[in-house]
Amino acid sequence: MTKDIIIALLVVVALGFDFTNGFHDTGNAMATSIATGALGPRVAVALSGVLNLVGAFLSLSVAATIASGLVQTGKVTVTVVLAGLCGGIIWNLLTWYFGIPSSSSHALIGGVVGSTIAAAGFGAVKWKGLFSKVIIPAGLSPIIAALVAATGTWLIYRLSRNISGGARKHGFRVGQIGSASLVSLAHGTNDAQKTMGVITLALIANGSLPSGSKAPFWVILSCALAISLGTYIGGWRVIRTLGKGLVEIESPQGMAAESSSAAIILLSSHFGYSLSTTHVATGSILGVGIGKKGAEVRWNVAGRMATAWLFTLPIAALVGAGAYALAHVIGGLGGVIVDVVILIAIAATIFVRSRKTAVSAKNVNDEWTGGAAPSKPEPAAVA
Amino acid sequence: MNDWINLSALWQIVVVGLLAGAGLPALFAVGLRFLNMPGHQVATAGAGGGAGAHHEVRGHAGEETVYGGNPVGLVVACVCFAIILAAIGYGIYLIVAGT
Repeated sequence: MTKDIIIALLVVVALGFDFTNGFHDTGNAMATSIATGALGPRVAVALSGVLNLVGAFLSLSVAATIASGLVQTGKVTVTVVLAGLCGGIIWNLLTWYFGIPSSSSHALIGGVVGSTIAAAGFGAVKWKGLFSKVIIPAGLSPIIAALVAATGTWLIYRLSRNISGGARKHGFRVGQIGSASLVSLAHGTNDAQKTMGVITLALIANGSLPSGSKAPFWVILSCALAISLGTYIGGWRVIRTLGKGLVEIESPQGMAAESSSAAIILLSSHFGYSLSTTHVATGSILGVGIGKKGAEVRWNVAGRMATAWLFTLPIAALVGAGAYALAHVIGGLGGVIVDVVILIAIAATIFVRSRKTAVSAKNVNDEWTGGAAPSKPEPAAVA
Repeated sequence: MNDWINLSALWQIVVVGLLAGAGLPALFAVGLRFLNMPGHQVATAGAGGGAGAHHEVRGHAGEETVYGGNPVGLVVACVCFAIILAAIGYGIYLIVAGT
């Protein structure tokens, strides 16, 4: 009975993580289309939500790789997974509050690694897997994405320089709808899988599923729904930073950025790297700023993001470890419930605070007001 | 190939990434340029009588038509766009088949 309640709580928390994953990452696919006006904000998030749903069913190859290659799965208990998810959710909410596009995948991995260390020591982590599958690709992927996007931008502007301004703008807006859709699809094939994998891992640890099982259908369906619902809600703060904060984007650049992101994400998952879509999208957007003559790249915004990326794994790990320690000290069902209650309290606090400086579909494209923290109220902030 | 970085995967990601991620949008730009190529009768914005012009303009008053009015340009543009769609379709097929 106690085990059943704990596993039920875990599923709820995991779906909560999937939801934050969705709205945190809407911007990766749609920020540039919203910024250039290729799609209206509401239409963009709805389209992205639907394509995430489709993508989640399209490919199941990434599921479960997240934990099995990174920690000794034998040491993982349901409480460990739940504590790890707490770390991931709290990091996602904090970075969303500050409008920083950080990696949801790293938040999840960091949280689970941290809680595993707290439960079973440093030996339970496959450090080599962590470096070769997560940390090194995280360093390389934004650079590759920027290179591809800069090349694409340079080519596009060269090839389309004879087209009159209005026709070019309109043509590339149409193209952008296609390329942004592909990024949403790619996101669904990647990120929804990660939560499916985590829930499956916990079900196996609980003995509800035999080891080596694939994700059951209800897990696939509920994860797909959670991430697409989150996407539809739209993480307007992050969308704003990506679309307006980094580079002022025109529609040809938007298409170049999205094409580069889609290609790199799909290729990397083909090779089994659970890449961060956020790192790729940010690299691409920087790339289109570099590739166009005279475009302004706000390196201070980029620097603040990169700093947040460095801290994602360690801080999510610390929170995950803390959550596990707390649950462990209290023990049993009580410990898990205390974790969940604290998680809800923190989430509610962040949400209430965010309403004071709300960013929404209405003001997401307002003029970027410079070096101020994105948490500061925008001129046209709506309540 | 070494233990920490899979160099063969890395260079494939870079090369195929450049072809698909930069090459396809560049091809889109080429297609757009052909589509925009001016024809004999129709060169001014808004006057395009062809079906293609109506298709592309779709209520965007004040914006110049994307279709320049040249049928050869239209055909070449369609070939470009078809190649892009085929490449995307093939990519999605590979992902689904990889499951």
